[in-house]
Amino acid sequence: MSGNGKTPNRIPLSRRRFLQVLAGTAGALVVGIRMAEAADAPLPPALVGDNFYGLGAYVRINADGSVLINARDPDTGTGVATSLPRIIADELDADWNRVSVILPGLGVSDDNGKPRWTYGRQVGGVGGSIPAAWNDLRQVGAVARWLLLQAAARRFGVRADQLRCAAGTVIASDGRRLSYGSLAEDASKIALPTRLPAPKEAANYQLIGKPAGDVDAHAIVTGQARFAIDHHYGDALVAVLVHCPWPDGTLERSDFADCLAVKGVVKVLQLRPEPGQPPGSTPIAPAVAVLAEDTWSALQGRRKLKLEWKPGASAAADSNTFEQTAGAALAGKTDPTTRVRDDGDVDAAGKKAARRLDATYFQPWLAHATAEPMNCLVRLDKDQASLVVPTQAPQQAWAVVHRLTGFAPARIDISVPRVGGGYGRRLDHDYVAEAVMLAQSVDRPVRLLWTREQDLAHDYYRSGCVHQLNAIIDRKRKLLGWNQRMASASALSHRGVPDNHLWTSELQADQLPAGLVPNYRSDWYGLESTIPRGPARGMPHLSNAFAVESFIDEIAHTMREDPLKTRLRILGEPRSLTLSAGRTLDTGRLLNVLKLVADRIEWKNWLRTVNGLGIACWHVDGAYVAHAIEVAMQGEKLVIQRVVCAVDVGRVINPRGLEGQVAGATLDALSTALNLAITFKDGQIQQHSYKDYPLASMAQLPDAVEVITVDDDRAPAGASFLAMPTAAPALANAVFRASAVRVRRLPLMKELLRLL
Amino acid sequence: MAPAQAQALPTGQENTIVPEAVRDGIDLQINGEHYRHTGDPQMPLLWYLRDVLRLTGTKYGGEHGESGADLVLLDGKAVSAITQTMAKLAGKQVVTVEGLAANDGTLHPLQQAFIDEDAIGCGYCTPGWLIAGVDLLKRKPHPGDDDIDRLPNLCRCGCQTRVRRAIKRAAGKAPQS
Repeated sequence: MSGNGKTPNRIPLSRRRFLQVLAGTAGALVVGIRMAEAADAPLPPALVGDNFYGLGAYVRINADGSVLINARDPDTGTGVATSLPRIIADELDADWNRVSVILPGLGVSDDNGKPRWTYGRQVGGVGGSIPAAWNDLRQVGAVARWLLLQAAARRFGVRADQLRCAAGTVIASDGRRLSYGSLAEDASKIALPTRLPAPKEAANYQLIGKPAGDVDAHAIVTGQARFAIDHHYGDALVAVLVHCPWPDGTLERSDFADCLAVKGVVKVLQLRPEPGQPPGSTPIAPAVAVLAEDTWSALQGRRKLKLEWKPGASAAADSNTFEQTAGAALAGKTDPTTRVRDDGDVDAAGKKAARRLDATYFQPWLAHATAEPMNCLVRLDKDQASLVVPTQAPQQAWAVVHRLTGFAPARIDISVPRVGGGYGRRLDHDYVAEAVMLAQSVDRPVRLLWTREQDLAHDYYRSGCVHQLNAIIDRKRKLLGWNQRMASASALSHRGVPDNHLWTSELQADQLPAGLVPNYRSDWYGLESTIPRGPARGMPHLSNAFAVESFIDEIAHTMREDPLKTRLRILGEPRSLTLSAGRTLDTGRLLNVLKLVADRIEWKNWLRTVNGLGIACWHVDGAYVAHAIEVAMQGEKLVIQRVVCAVDVGRVINPRGLEGQVAGATLDALSTALNLAITFKDGQIQQHSYKDYPLASMAQLPDAVEVITVDDDRAPAGASFLAMPTAAPALANAVFRASAVRVRRLPLMKELLRLL
Repeated sequence: MAPAQAQALPTGQENTIVPEAVRDGIDLQINGEHYRHTGDPQMPLLWYLRDVLRLTGTKYGGEHGESGADLVLLDGKAVSAITQTMAKLAGKQVVTVEGLAANDGTLHPLQQAFIDEDAIGCGYCTPGWLIAGVDLLKRKPHPGDDDIDRLPNLCRCGCQTRVRRAIKRAAGKAPQS
């Protein structure tokens, strides 16, 4: 390419394969490269297969003792750029003060035309980073440490098992010391262990379980941290878009002349979704793109576009109608789309009921509203692409670029700097497709920027949903039966998921109180909608915990019982229940977090206080969470006075990071529950700015979130959204105590003011 | 990219080639340095900072600055950079997040407090919070919760409780001027 004459001898951008590039530098030990070189030798079984590739290129120890550690998963604010390297560094016995963290971008090599993922799993912001790292990244540190020990043993002339490591130094029993830096070159020549060295005993952890600040903190507070939106290639054109209000609409009439007359505007191009491509891999809607020399010119040009869009069939979509359809589906006698679970005999139990309780809960559509709007920087050369992408899943971004360009796997270079919020939005890559398509149409790199308005109005939303719950209570006030019916539009529609699995984005078969009630039925009614949907933070737990944990409070109220006691009765004795997919529910751990928040908020005052106390608990993939919230009603003003959250995630890697995640997820969930709803009319989203989609202000939120973490020696579970599901029901339950108003519809503030 | 001054006109446009006059630029100070903007006077300060100067610490949050991610100090007061056109900034002093630390790299007490309290989610909105907080601490060296409640910034990651702690930690330590 290079047709503009500005940079005729363009040097291809660095592949950023820092480890490969630097592998030959004198005196460096690079673990991962050593693994790859050893591929010809008989490999220890544990290194073969996924584990082997998972080791990848992770650790580099330089002759000067400095250590580079690769944080493979995108950090969307979850802190994995800090926690993943600390897992490796602890096994390595590295001196954390000498560690620099590298965000490696996508690791991909060419395996006969197919991609081979150098670093194994690379996904951020879905709660899986730490559990996956616990399984494979610890080994990276352990192997590097083993190699250094062998090198030191030869140097000292003693056996390796007579040596120990501490903070980047190997120490002999007679006190002699060698720094890792001085051993790195020797260590790089030693053959790999035939058996994987055992990971450390927990008692010897130096970093795991100790608090650490975010590795990017200094760069962030000084404005030096660069997000994808801050990156640039010198001659890149800025592209801004106008999307068609309807995904299936068409451009009927257009006049680009005034736009093209704006100084700095270079080109106006049209984009169309590719038929047959799943959502998230092609433009979300038809669009007109203005490409200009700088952002201001592009935005001015955009205002001068004269466009007339013709609506498609989706122009009939209406969020009120959607909710009515959901209600009608639940009220009718039609069979559910999927019977998700059916324990015991709910119908027979119903006949023995001393008491029945019914309630219906309504939850709105939601947007992702990431702080950093969608953007993508792409440069296409003859046979290679270089991109800077704010993504949670660089391998998926790669697939989009590969499909559109046909470039060889390793010729697609994707850099992933720190990401300004993900929440599931960046598991989709429509914006990557847009940027690549534009770059293919102009002979220059393209820097695509969505405006805030586009970001809210063109999203893969979380579907609104309706839950109809029915409890069957016997004479002894025992919860005999639970019949749950939920209606929503699946986030997985049109994404290649079989029809009988569409429910999996909407609810879980194992969610509370499943397994704890002898007769339990859960039905899902799938609805159609032309409004795009996709993965969303905390789903499906978020919507289900609100309905279920609100309803348990209603059951308690009906039985005139303390809602904490009702929960304790439902949970019963501490025991381990087997869930699907090999997971377990440890009711003891759930009871524990529940009791912790109750003690902290002084639940014994539950009846006496004029304020309202609310409580809720939930479990997410082997992790446990409870919230207790205290609110006061001051006239029509709701004041959240105290919020306590307890989590049990097993082994805590970075307590400080965990506290931040828990407090943050709590506030995100409160903000969402209090204020947020996406609505649509005539197929058009009605929220265009933060004024219409008002994330909670500082004043609306509590002054503090008191976080209690249970640290134990079980393998760590993910925590990124763990604290979301219980915040809204604990809030609604507290509001009920304070105001006697039961809020069964979110957003809460609007409904509360309507009911008061 | 700043448009070059007195550019040679493209050929074949008009018979009479009149060199473009050197426009009076807009002189302003940003983080203590002098700059002259010679481009479109209607360009918002945000795009001047981000596109022309490549000072990317100030973030785009929305067309009306409603998230607070694009706050800068203008003559000492926090304002949204996207709502300020360059035309109005002649002779003004702008401080961005890049200019909060001292020249020797010593952090502003609030920057240090953000690190100490880990008052960071994804970090995208953090520069805006810092500017709003520095502005508040200038006006009120010991702000109360009500003062902190009035900060205009938004954050989806939920860093607000940690920001509150950071502002309180920095209270009384910020330079007054």
